[in-house]
Amino acid sequence: MTDVLAPRDADDVLDAVAESLATGRPVDVVAAGSKRNFGRPCETACELDVSALSGIDLYEPDELVVGMGAATPLVALEAALEAERQMLSFEPPDLGPVLGAPAGQSTVGGVLACNLSGPRRIMAGAARDHFLGFNAVSGRGEAFKSGGRVVKNVTGFDLSKLIAGSFGTLAVLTHVVLRVLPSPEDERTVLIAGLADAQAVSAMSAAMNGPYDVSGAAHLPAPVASASANEAVSGLGASTTAIRIEGPAPSVEARTRAVSALVSEFGPTHVLDRAQSGSLWREVRDVSYFAADGRQVWRISVAPAAGAGVGGQIAAATNGTVFYDWAGGLVWLAIPALDDAGHETIRGAIRDIGGHATLVRADPEVRAAVSVFQPQPAPLAALAARIKDSFDPRHVLNPGRMAQV
Amino acid sequence: MRMPKPDASVVGRRDAIVGQLREIVATEGVIVDEDEMRAYECDGLTAYRQLPFIVVLPETTEQVSRILKLCHAEGVKVVPRGAGTSLSGGALPLADAITLGLAKFNRILDVDLDNRCVVAQPGVTNLGITDAVKSQGFYYAPDPSSQIACTIGGNVAENSGGVHCLKYGLTTNNLLGLEMVLITGEVIRIGGKHLDSEGYDLLGLVTGSEGLLGVVTEVTVRILPRPEMARALLAGFPSSEAAGACVAQVIGAGIIPAGMEMMDRPAIHAAEDFVHAGYPLDADALLIVELDGPEAEVAHLVDRVTGIARESGAGELRVSADDEERERFWAGRKAAFPAVGRISPDYYCMDGTIPRRRLAEVLRRMAEMSRRHGLRVANVFHAGDGNLHPLILYDANRPGELESAETFGAEILKLCVEVGGVLTGEHGVGVEKRDLMGVMFTEDDLNHQQRVKCAFDAESLLNPGKVYPILRRCAELGRLHVRAGQVRFPDIPRF
Ligand SMILES: Cc1cc2nc3c(=O)[nH]c(=O)nc-3n(C[C@H](O)[C@H](O)[C@H](O)COP(=O)(O)OP(=O)(O)OC[C@H]3O[C@@H](n4cnc5c(N)ncnc54)[C@H](O)[C@@H]3O)c2cc1C
Repeated sequence: MTDVLAPRDADDVLDAVAESLATGRPVDVVAAGSKRNFGRPCETACELDVSALSGIDLYEPDELVVGMGAATPLVALEAALEAERQMLSFEPPDLGPVLGAPAGQSTVGGVLACNLSGPRRIMAGAARDHFLGFNAVSGRGEAFKSGGRVVKNVTGFDLSKLIAGSFGTLAVLTHVVLRVLPSPEDERTVLIAGLADAQAVSAMSAAMNGPYDVSGAAHLPAPVASASANEAVSGLGASTTAIRIEGPAPSVEARTRAVSALVSEFGPTHVLDRAQSGSLWREVRDVSYFAADGRQVWRISVAPAAGAGVGGQIAAATNGTVFYDWAGGLVWLAIPALDDAGHETIRGAIRDIGGHATLVRADPEVRAAVSVFQPQPAPLAALAARIKDSFDPRHVLNPGRMAQV
Repeated sequence: MRMPKPDASVVGRRDAIVGQLREIVATEGVIVDEDEMRAYECDGLTAYRQLPFIVVLPETTEQVSRILKLCHAEGVKVVPRGAGTSLSGGALPLADAITLGLAKFNRILDVDLDNRCVVAQPGVTNLGITDAVKSQGFYYAPDPSSQIACTIGGNVAENSGGVHCLKYGLTTNNLLGLEMVLITGEVIRIGGKHLDSEGYDLLGLVTGSEGLLGVVTEVTVRILPRPEMARALLAGFPSSEAAGACVAQVIGAGIIPAGMEMMDRPAIHAAEDFVHAGYPLDADALLIVELDGPEAEVAHLVDRVTGIARESGAGELRVSADDEERERFWAGRKAAFPAVGRISPDYYCMDGTIPRRRLAEVLRRMAEMSRRHGLRVANVFHAGDGNLHPLILYDANRPGELESAETFGAEILKLCVEVGGVLTGEHGVGVEKRDLMGVMFTEDDLNHQQRVKCAFDAESLLNPGKVYPILRRCAELGRLHVRAGQVRFPDIPRF
């Protein structure tokens, strides 16, 4: 049976971790639980449910800063930002549906703990780049803070970066401060139909290498494009390469024209209006194409120019389906379920070129048996273990969640 | 400033250590002569000087690895050094520490336009990276004013910024990968040409760690296509409040300029006297706003920002007609430090960050402090992101003035923290702000940071005495006090 501790505030979190240290019973830190299935399964039956630590308590739009309880729902934050025509520019994805949870459940702390960023990552940076400061309770049962509420800050080690992407294995976030940015006034997407993966990466690279401030560059091979709910995409009946342009209206218009002209040598182009563009990038962001099936899902980050090669090789070897974001640098892969999730094939394909592959969706038994996160060379793994021990010496927080097997 | 006490046993073994270093690095790469070592006795914070124990200038990662391994085995401290332009004493030598200079790591290793990145050795200058890709229409965005001299390795260690960081980010936001040597001599690689690190984000952690965690031996940075054009707006305001309000309204209107800099009256006058940029001398505050991008966007935004500036009470208002005029607008701002250097024998550059809306209050209180200490102060300000550079004018030859300047500086930084800001925005803590860390952080906060240091360097051999007040031993820091007996199954809702 699962025990659930439900702290009401940061002091309760402190007590809960102290209790965990005293009793030797580790905790699985959860809020909405939308990403419970992301990572290696935690080896504990006790949950620390922090969902009460919620609510925006600082928002100064002209200072581009927002602060809140760590478990503030992402939808609530996004609604508050939208009212001021601002946004989280790293475009956090909603992986709930891919992970078998409902949509719209994510909390801000969960997004940060997994360092999740969407298509705009290539231009605006990752979640960690917008994470200015936090309060937390470490696995030592001590409250501490780092960073602050300003962007320019080099006072001491940048622990926000370390905590982002640590999957709750170092500390329980209680309060977080993020940088926000103005939402673009307008957007368009230039589509190119019918390109092979390698050509598509070349086309995206051409657009990225020009002065157009491209804020999204994705390629959907034909089987994926045909699954798009966006008829302007699925109706093409071919692979679709998408290049997004955002900004002030006159600028968007001029750049859309310039990018269309630039990539027309690759194939026929078509422009999506603002609404169509928005819905296409939400699909790409949330990996919607893989949400409704039972296959295993991998997320592979490589140098963009290597994307098509890696994607093609892995798809062929695993009988899988791929699509590309980040101008080719992010390969999303769905494969028919295997006991070992094909990890040797997949990681073997990137061994020589560098990068990392994360097993995002698979049954718990598979995620317990296969390293979910990219295994690290010995000195790096030892260093990571020392860092873990420095924050959580008794391994009471999310035990096993990031473990290498 | 109290530095760790030199280790007599290490100092006594100097000849033997020099001999061992010469087995690793060719003779001329190991400097022991006092006159030759003089060039390394300080960094950009010249008030602090100390002759190094030994200077060593390796050329390969393998040599760095062997040097660190040796130092680790022999218990010898190491101070990494790039170009020595740190303004916080980060590269200040120690009497019993090897200064490990990376000047010979000066090659660009790979220009990869398909992946929009450059791989460089750490001793390449910041501008050297842009120079390597300029002809192909690219540049490296972070642009510290010291960019002709400072190294990319130093930029990583300090997480340096520049006037264009408002839109394009600091070093940490433009870094893709590192090779680094740990104090044990182990070589690790973090990141690469792909995005996001696997596992814990050590890339982010190491950036801004001021040489305390390892020696960076290779850097991969992202480069950007040069914007089609840039134009700058020069606006004089009757008060810093009005200028501050203008900044807030520009951002409130959804515009993130490439750069947005403010200068106060003393800085305007010093700069104008020096470079004759055409600054309005009757203004109390000057704003330079640069907008870059495609022509259509720049034209549109220049109009909008001009309108906002006018509404905010700008007196004189000029828009650059061409790049030459734009550069003239910037010339005064870029020369602000040397310009102030002309009107005072010495100046002390501070680097706090504040929430922007507190600017007027901070300037007012700084003026009071200035009167109280009898020292003038000029302000340049990365206005877009609240990073303030007060320059305190003093004369080191007058007894007590340096001390007054330092006290004044510390008061300014405490004020920054009091209004919700931080001690340092881009220059680093170094030795300079080390003893102020307690103003911003509790003991628990600092202990969590120092345990990270222990995870990398348990004997505290890398750049000790910087950033953190004299360290407690790692074993003591790591001790866990479990409140076992007294846990009362606290009153937490449970299901
Ligand atoms: C006139 C002037 C203007 C400046 N303007 C700016 C500005 O606009 N913005 C800004 O951010 N800074 C500015 N600075 C500060 C300074 O130039 C930066 O901090 C710069 O990044 C330091 O680089 P460096 O190569 O000189 O490093 P150094 O001064 O040699 O070293 C700085 C720190 O980095 C460590 N270090 C150096 N190289 C390595 C390495 N390879 N591995 C590990 N650690 C290393 C050193 O131990 C030290 O702690 C300015 C300085 C001056 C003098």
